[in-house]
Amino acid sequence: MTTVVLSQPPGPVTGEQTPAVERGTLARLARRRMVQIGVGGLGLFVVLAIAGQLLTVNGIATGSTAASIFNPPSLQHFMGTDELGRDVLTELSAGALVSLIVGIAATAIAVVVGTLVGLLAGFFRGWLEVVLMRFTDAMLTVPSLPLIIVLAAVVGQGLGQIVLVIGLTSWAGMARLIRSEVLSLRERAFVLRARSVGVPPLRIMRVHLLPQILPLVIANTVLISAAAILAEATLSFLGLGDITRPSWGLMLNNAFKSGAAGRGAFWYVLPPGLCIAILVLSLSFIGHAINEELSPRRQRQ
Amino acid sequence: MTTASRISSRIGQTVLTLFIVVTFNFWLFRLLPGNFTQLLSRAGALDPAAVASLKQSFGLDKSPVEQYVLYIKNLVTFNWGTSYVSHQPVFQMVFQALVNTIVLITVAYILTVIIGVALGVFAGRRAGRLADSVTVTTSLALWSVPTFWLGLVLVFIFSVWFVGLPVSGMTTYAATYSTPFDQVVDIGLHLILPTITLVISSIAQYTLIMRNSLVTVLDEDYVTTARAKGLSSRRVLWRHAVPNALLPTFTLTWLNIGIFLSTTLQVEVVFSWPGLGSLIFQSVNQRDYPVLEVSFLTIAVVVIAANLLNDLLYPLLDPRIARR
Repeated sequence: MTTVVLSQPPGPVTGEQTPAVERGTLARLARRRMVQIGVGGLGLFVVLAIAGQLLTVNGIATGSTAASIFNPPSLQHFMGTDELGRDVLTELSAGALVSLIVGIAATAIAVVVGTLVGLLAGFFRGWLEVVLMRFTDAMLTVPSLPLIIVLAAVVGQGLGQIVLVIGLTSWAGMARLIRSEVLSLRERAFVLRARSVGVPPLRIMRVHLLPQILPLVIANTVLISAAAILAEATLSFLGLGDITRPSWGLMLNNAFKSGAAGRGAFWYVLPPGLCIAILVLSLSFIGHAINEELSPRRQRQ
Repeated sequence: MTTASRISSRIGQTVLTLFIVVTFNFWLFRLLPGNFTQLLSRAGALDPAAVASLKQSFGLDKSPVEQYVLYIKNLVTFNWGTSYVSHQPVFQMVFQALVNTIVLITVAYILTVIIGVALGVFAGRRAGRLADSVTVTTSLALWSVPTFWLGLVLVFIFSVWFVGLPVSGMTTYAATYSTPFDQVVDIGLHLILPTITLVISSIAQYTLIMRNSLVTVLDEDYVTTARAKGLSSRRVLWRHAVPNALLPTFTLTWLNIGIFLSTTLQVEVVFSWPGLGSLIFQSVNQRDYPVLEVSFLTIAVVVIAANLLNDLLYPLLDPRIARR
């Protein structure tokens, strides 16, 4: 999956601690077409997820009689019904909730672990860096989907387990990025000065380093969340997700197993995939825009 | 860094990664607290005698270190056990699946790289214009589409609207072939839809990398020099810019084998292609752990080897790296 790697900042010029983000960056971001589309897409699914919780349109299970399954879209079921006669729109909105929850929670784990590993490795160097980075490299080498599948198969299939498995397999790229950034930051004057007057390492990391790497963290957080949502959908499609909650991947798994594609039930096969694609695309748009907004500025510094 | 020390440090990292993966596998499937015998017997409650005999036959009564040594010995001697479900040797099942996956992946990967690079050149030489931004946006959009769903949509299209192309399996069920050539044609037909799915969902990265790399290279002094010499723009592009812009793409082709394999796994499941992806899917759903474990290990080893190969080959293509 694409992880956009920011261009390396050149060596220290002044070495003074400057705000990592220039003023007005947020306003410039908001004016970008990609951000507007991305935020719009994201908002759409937040609304869908909330609406699904507030009003359950037609109930998930309406009983599966021969007449109620694979109904094409109608006034009663705006997006038709599935192989058990469930309302597709209701399932879609429940799926939005699962995607958002897993996206946010798994990303949080990956971001915390990745930032921590990168910070510690880059700041302390020495054996700690060797150990952490060798392990990070190993994580980056092993293909992620098979790893996630194997872990999920063994660990179990609750929502919490899925979040943990995806989160703990998605941090390595972030760790590499943060480490190389910290490596260049730690030689700058403001960090050297703080170290020479005996500011404790943890305080340097929190007060001096963290604010500087924050923009980098944010840009990649968005991209990691896109990948996490895709991973959850793929797991659920393979039947390894939480089968007690209707998610988009699970819907497609059911559609696949019940032969909905062969029966021409396009209202059942198309929407879940489109939802995944639009949500992931919205997040990638935002992530790419932040990256672009930050990288030329970083080069000019 | 000298070439020799660079190579040995790369091999060191490779061995270390292999060690981590193998150890991870060992712990994950063998020493998870308490449930290995349950998993093995596929039963909830067992009487103590049965547990003891199971433990003994799998060496679980030995110390963890001894078990680990035994595990590695079995791995390297291809003594991979038998499937819980089909009772076939795991080695045989995984090997056959690997061959089928290689058939699919080779065809699809070559096409993906060629088409991706071509599109990248197309967009890169038109940087900033409409054709460029359309290509880039489309690439991002295609990256966001879940591969398994793209496969489902193709199954839908080719089983409802354009019936004719096979949408499942590697050969026609219970087919008899008069000549080997007929069999090749049959497999070729079954390859079409999985290949299209793979190409569409994987092409974006090659297009984007090639485009960005070409845009950078076109800014370099030697390209300006070549232009100033009065060479035709076509010659500048194809003889001067493209070969250099291809370098990052070369790295990507090796490093991305892991990602491409992940994508292939999904495609195999949707189109019932009897490769490693389908094997993993089956073994997960049937809780056939020996098969799952070895399939995962096989994929990991293939990808780790590809990474090493990239690092060893790259300096041959780009002497700047070797001299650094």
